[in-house]
Amino acid sequence: MKLRTALMGAAAMMLPLAAQAQDEGGERGRDGHVNIIYWQAVSIMNPYLSGGTKDVEAASLVLEPLARFDPTGELVPYLVDEIPTVENGGVAEDLTSITWTLKEGLVWSDGTPVTSEDVVFTWQYCTAEGGGCAQGAKFDAVSSVEAIDERTVRVNFSAPTPYPYTAFTGAESPIIQAAQFADCLGPRAPECTDANFMPVGTGPFTVTDFRVNDVVELAANENYRDASKPAFATVTFKGGGDATAAGRAVMETGEFDYAWNLQLAPDVIESMAQGGMGVPISAFGTLVERIEVNLTDPSPDLEEGVRSTVEAPHPFLTDPAVREALSIAIDRDLLVEVGYGQAGRATCNLVPAPELYADAENTGCLTQDLDRANQLLDEAGYMDTDGDGVRETPDGEPLSILYQTSTNAVRQDFQALIKEWWEQIGFEVELRNIDSGVFFGGDPGSTDTFQRFYADVEMYANNFPGTDPQAYLGAYLCDNIPSPDTQWQGENINRYCDESYDELWRTLSQTGELDERGRIAKQLNAMLTSQSNVIIPLVDRGRVSAHSNTLGGVQLNTWDSELWNAADWYRTE
Amino acid sequence: MTDANLPLEQIAAEQPFKHRSHWWDVWAQFRTHKGALLGLFFLVFITLFVLIGPSLWGVDATALDIRNKDVRPIYTILWDSSAKVSWARPLGTDQLGRDNMAALMQGGRISMAVGWTAMLLSVILGTLVGVLAGYFRRLDGVLMRFTDLVLALPLLPLLLVMMLLFRDTLRAAFGPEQGIFILIVVAIGVTSWMQTARIVRGDVLALKEREFVLAARSIGTPSRRMITRHVLPNVLSPIMVSATLGLANAIITESALSFLGLGFPSDFPTWGKILFDSVDRMAAFPERVLWPGLAISLTVLSVNYIGDGLRDALDPRIRGT
Repeated sequence: MKLRTALMGAAAMMLPLAAQAQDEGGERGRDGHVNIIYWQAVSIMNPYLSGGTKDVEAASLVLEPLARFDPTGELVPYLVDEIPTVENGGVAEDLTSITWTLKEGLVWSDGTPVTSEDVVFTWQYCTAEGGGCAQGAKFDAVSSVEAIDERTVRVNFSAPTPYPYTAFTGAESPIIQAAQFADCLGPRAPECTDANFMPVGTGPFTVTDFRVNDVVELAANENYRDASKPAFATVTFKGGGDATAAGRAVMETGEFDYAWNLQLAPDVIESMAQGGMGVPISAFGTLVERIEVNLTDPSPDLEEGVRSTVEAPHPFLTDPAVREALSIAIDRDLLVEVGYGQAGRATCNLVPAPELYADAENTGCLTQDLDRANQLLDEAGYMDTDGDGVRETPDGEPLSILYQTSTNAVRQDFQALIKEWWEQIGFEVELRNIDSGVFFGGDPGSTDTFQRFYADVEMYANNFPGTDPQAYLGAYLCDNIPSPDTQWQGENINRYCDESYDELWRTLSQTGELDERGRIAKQLNAMLTSQSNVIIPLVDRGRVSAHSNTLGGVQLNTWDSELWNAADWYRTE
Repeated sequence: MTDANLPLEQIAAEQPFKHRSHWWDVWAQFRTHKGALLGLFFLVFITLFVLIGPSLWGVDATALDIRNKDVRPIYTILWDSSAKVSWARPLGTDQLGRDNMAALMQGGRISMAVGWTAMLLSVILGTLVGVLAGYFRRLDGVLMRFTDLVLALPLLPLLLVMMLLFRDTLRAAFGPEQGIFILIVVAIGVTSWMQTARIVRGDVLALKEREFVLAARSIGTPSRRMITRHVLPNVLSPIMVSATLGLANAIITESALSFLGLGFPSDFPTWGKILFDSVDRMAAFPERVLWPGLAISLTVLSVNYIGDGLRDALDPRIRGT
């Protein structure tokens, strides 16, 4: 209560200054103090030594990459003036190298200049022998990084890479200072406690006090490149607790200004928001809750090794009309309302974002149409011949579906709703839920894993890291079908196999031009969803965070650190 | 001679209780236990509620009515006149608009059926093993070591394996609901008889050395008759106690299994599952945990009291006084 009053007082005093802040004016540190709470505590400020989101995001206040992703998933130059492309000559014609040019006059928070040597060093640091770099995947395709001059650095790839923006972009691969980390290469990396806890960076803030798994105190970087930023002089970055407590601290009690990733039921968040001290905000990434249709027969009558493999095609789910009927019988808006509220939106896309790759035209499934679904089934010859309310195939097999998913309150609600709709169009639906640990465990010995798919349809969510969907769409190639021969490993859960899909995907992997990549990705997405309904997307699931009513400039970002634009935050009213 | 007999015959005619049977005695003694009587009434009530309730109430427990979701129970209106209530939904609805009253009845059917059947199975198994081990010295070592072995098995993984091995076969043979019912009842039954067996064995061992058993043996009573006539009636009280505990245990184990996704399908309500599903919204909708919770605890409590009363009534030493 005391803190709250103090905060309100502070906010009131800042009132005249805040008005200036909106005009992008004012001097650095004019808005005083800001409190951030992450319900997972920070243990290190070096993203190369930790894959944890909380560590990566905390470090993003201090360390910056050459370019960041904005909330739409597009690259924004940070330490460079422009994003290199094939058109402006920054990316080589043969797609084997990319050349970045640093901004002029960049300095570290200790006042020394940032040079191309620092970028080269960052690569050496992450790829050094004997060191376990958490972001190694970012540098997988990189064969070398060389400094051309003081400000120019060239990244060479071992093979033509149509998407060259993996290294040195995004919160996971920022530039670290060569001088500070020079003795911390390879196995010695974890020993450099000072450097790992208080790195010298180019970002808007610098660490003044670091307590492992508890609190990080930061202050404005005196050498930040924009003299009017950041608006806050100091930051307290508190870690620990749980999502509920964090949400309350921002929206109900007002003790904190920003709470990260509130994974809570929509009605719970809503009741917190009624506290009136803050507001929940949401942003969407690539996580899509979907129903995967099994194109092979999971019947227990089949012997092991044949059951749910391409040897036994499904008796009726191989018919596109049946799959389309299943898809349009679903009222996706109602699912969103029941399960995710603000943190979800209905979608027909497997790739819902970024804008470049998301097919905005693909909205055919959004309106529930039970009549049309019935009509489709009638036309395809699935009639209820014995009058038990369940349709049969022309061969007399009832349209009976086993619908499985992991154990989770929201998913069970979804199952109940979807079961009712499917029963209305003449299917018989049996529900089954499996413990998440088993379902997603991938144990080749278990018959209950999602790869094994001993059910007719199953529901779960999946997404792809970064902004490029190439690898994600590659999951549905013929080669990736799980089977006993592959120990049931493989990402092509549906056992989908289409030569023209494989062909188109190969074209995607050889195309460098972004718009063309977008066009191909949309087409691949359509082949899996609207054209065949092999995958029935349901809900595009977003992330919910919360900020106090007095904190301005927050733009929730799912492609980069949530704190990506902390330099632009200010105090309102 | 005849004169002397007359009053006695008159007395016999006027007081028919002199002809009462053994079970009439038991009932008379049982009636004196107020808690047991109350428990019996409740058990009859809840059994009727779940058995004939659904046909009287006529609402399908799994029917969704999303427009009428989150309806509060009718009595909420007493203190909150703005609450969303409906006379058609006296106990309100859940987050998908399913009727809570119908779910409570339907869930009760399953929970009671699972509870009773699994309890009977485990009590029969436990008593059998316990009596055999206690009475026949030669079997004692083998049976008790076997009991220890089963006790030492981690139950949950065992249940998981049973589910994995038999689910598909039973599902194919009896349909999803019947198949799972049989599986759950057997699974709970065969994994919870050990305590009963140990208690019964202990009592039988003590009983075997008592005078009346020695007397019975001295006149050549065969073992079969010894067990049914002298041993079993005297160990009935511990059996009753473990049976009541077993009923509660079975209802709770079933809930845990359902929660892990190994029990009934998720749209198939049982008391335990209604409870689990409602915990998230406990603060906003306390009735959703209150009613199934009350149903479980009152059923268990009433069975406990009945067990207590029955023990008193069946014990000839207590009944005599």
